Amino acid sequence: MVVVSSLTYRYESDRLLSFPDFAVEKGKACLLLGNSGSGKTTLLHLMGGLLKIREGKVEIEKQDLTLLSETQADRFRGKHMGFIFQRNHLIPALSVKKNLLMAPFLANLKQDESRVEEVMAQLGLWDKQHSKVSHLSQGQAQRVAIARAILNRPAVIFADEPTSALDDHNCERVIHLLLNISRENQCTLVVATHDQRLTSMIPKHIRINNP
Amino acid sequence: MNIWVLVLNYLRARPLNTALNIFLLGLGIAVVTILIIVSHQLQEKITSNSRGIDLVVGAKGSPMQLILCNIFHVDFPTGNIKLNEAERIAGNRLVRQAIPMALGDSYQGFRIVGTTRDYAGIYQGELSEGSWWSAPLEVTLGSLVAEELKLSLGAEFSSTHGLARQGHAHEEQSFVVAGIFQKTNSVLDNLILTGVESIWHVHDLHAAVQQERAQGAEPRIPSRLVPSVAAGDSTLEITSLLIRYRSAMGAIQLPRWVNGQSRLQAASPAFETARLFSILGVGVNVLEGFASLLIFISGLSIFIALYNSLKERKYDLAIMRSMGASRSRIFFSVLLEGTLLTFLGTCFGILMAHSVLFALQATMDEARMSGITGLVFYREEGIILAASLLLGILCALLPGLQAYRTDISKVLAGN
Repeated sequence: MVVVSSLTYRYESDRLLSFPDFAVEKGKACLLLGNSGSGKTTLLHLMGGLLKIREGKVEIEKQDLTLLSETQADRFRGKHMGFIFQRNHLIPALSVKKNLLMAPFLANLKQDESRVEEVMAQLGLWDKQHSKVSHLSQGQAQRVAIARAILNRPAVIFADEPTSALDDHNCERVIHLLLNISRENQCTLVVATHDQRLTSMIPKHIRINNP
Repeated sequence: MNIWVLVLNYLRARPLNTALNIFLLGLGIAVVTILIIVSHQLQEKITSNSRGIDLVVGAKGSPMQLILCNIFHVDFPTGNIKLNEAERIAGNRLVRQAIPMALGDSYQGFRIVGTTRDYAGIYQGELSEGSWWSAPLEVTLGSLVAEELKLSLGAEFSSTHGLARQGHAHEEQSFVVAGIFQKTNSVLDNLILTGVESIWHVHDLHAAVQQERAQGAEPRIPSRLVPSVAAGDSTLEITSLLIRYRSAMGAIQLPRWVNGQSRLQAASPAFETARLFSILGVGVNVLEGFASLLIFISGLSIFIALYNSLKERKYDLAIMRSMGASRSRIFFSVLLEGTLLTFLGTCFGILMAHSVLFALQATMDEARMSGITGLVFYREEGIILAASLLLGILCALLPGLQAYRTDISKVLAGN
């Protein structure tokens, strides 16, 4: 369950972004739609605790993020949230498996190897465990990033433009994968995008209209 | 997955850079470590070799040469002094003990020293096999001499005139090994000891000695230095006299008194070795400066490597934060990376220093005779290690702070 209420954010440039109130139920998906510069990413970062909330309120799984200190927010994020970005941002110095194990390691959770194997099998990466990140194709790397985001069984997955760099075929594949995965893992999915292709696949839309 | 695996993987991801940094720091540390080991052992050797000798009296010349030759057995003798003059010095009431030294011959690069048993006593020399020399031309070997030349009891050899390996051989006279000393870790290990008479024998002065012997029936006072000859002999010569004072008064009066005699000079081992150290100190300072420069450059190189790699890694850091890593954890991992790098470099350097000394000792006779070994570790090396960890932290501090301050939202939104 994700609840956003009377949330605004002011950058140093005095540009005020305000966001609509909305809630996404547990296990459901929603799209944050808007033109580039409308504040989608800002909203996503506020919801994920990557940006400090100064005005308004964000609740994730009944936890009010504004009440958490920075370190508490880090910890909460590690345990309950997963992130997927437009670029996969895997750590090139580490193997695929170690990249995945970073998620429980950084969140101070038990590093369960069978969970890694399970998720990799689920995403068709079974034989890539020991590969170098640089040896993966674009699509494989994207799937590793998804695997990393869901490994800790987060309550919410935040995806920032996960498909804008992909062709139609891969775009559909990735979004179906995300939907299936979040359904199987009972997690809420929030996708920020300006990719119109997704609007037909995820019915719940939040429009952000900052000038 | 743990922080060590993460940091090691980051170091492994830049193999050339990491190797260069480890090598560069290792080189600086190795120079410092070698300096520490060598100066430590040299100092130990020098003080232990000159312990128990307050003054060396020999022919006029350089006082440093007198000390180097008669105590450390590295330089050449300044000349000879008459036995009767030496006896006069030995008879002074300020002298507790006077040991005659007759140098000038060698065998296979090892010096033959004509002296008395008191000389071995200075270094607590004890027999490991055989017996002390007694008759002329009998010798007792230092442990290293016996080991290197593979001489056993009863073996015979003829000495060479001079101290070089090649020289005129005294072939008509051959020495016999009577005994071998235990290892003392002093200059005694490198020496071949015999009676003063043996040296005279080899140098055809034996005629004089025989003559003395022939007159042995007459009443005579034996020399206080070489009891087998009569006191006051004006023909026989020795190289020097090692002296121990009876009291502190000796240090004040004796050198002046000796130096006042036209043909003799007195040199104090303590003073001359201090002078030697101050001369060597210049060279050591230059090397130390060079090593510090190397260490400074390697510190700079580690700093630059971390700084640059963090620039490339800002997405890694941001993504780690998004996965729940706190700022301080990121900061710590960068510090750990720098520290691990300097730790590896220092271990490499210390290991390199010891192996260089070990290899030198295994391959060079001069190194072996100097008795300097790479198999001893000193407390200073622990200090070097600790200091290098500090250096690592210092080099990583700024990059670490930069990582600490990274605005993850900006980095992640910036692509």
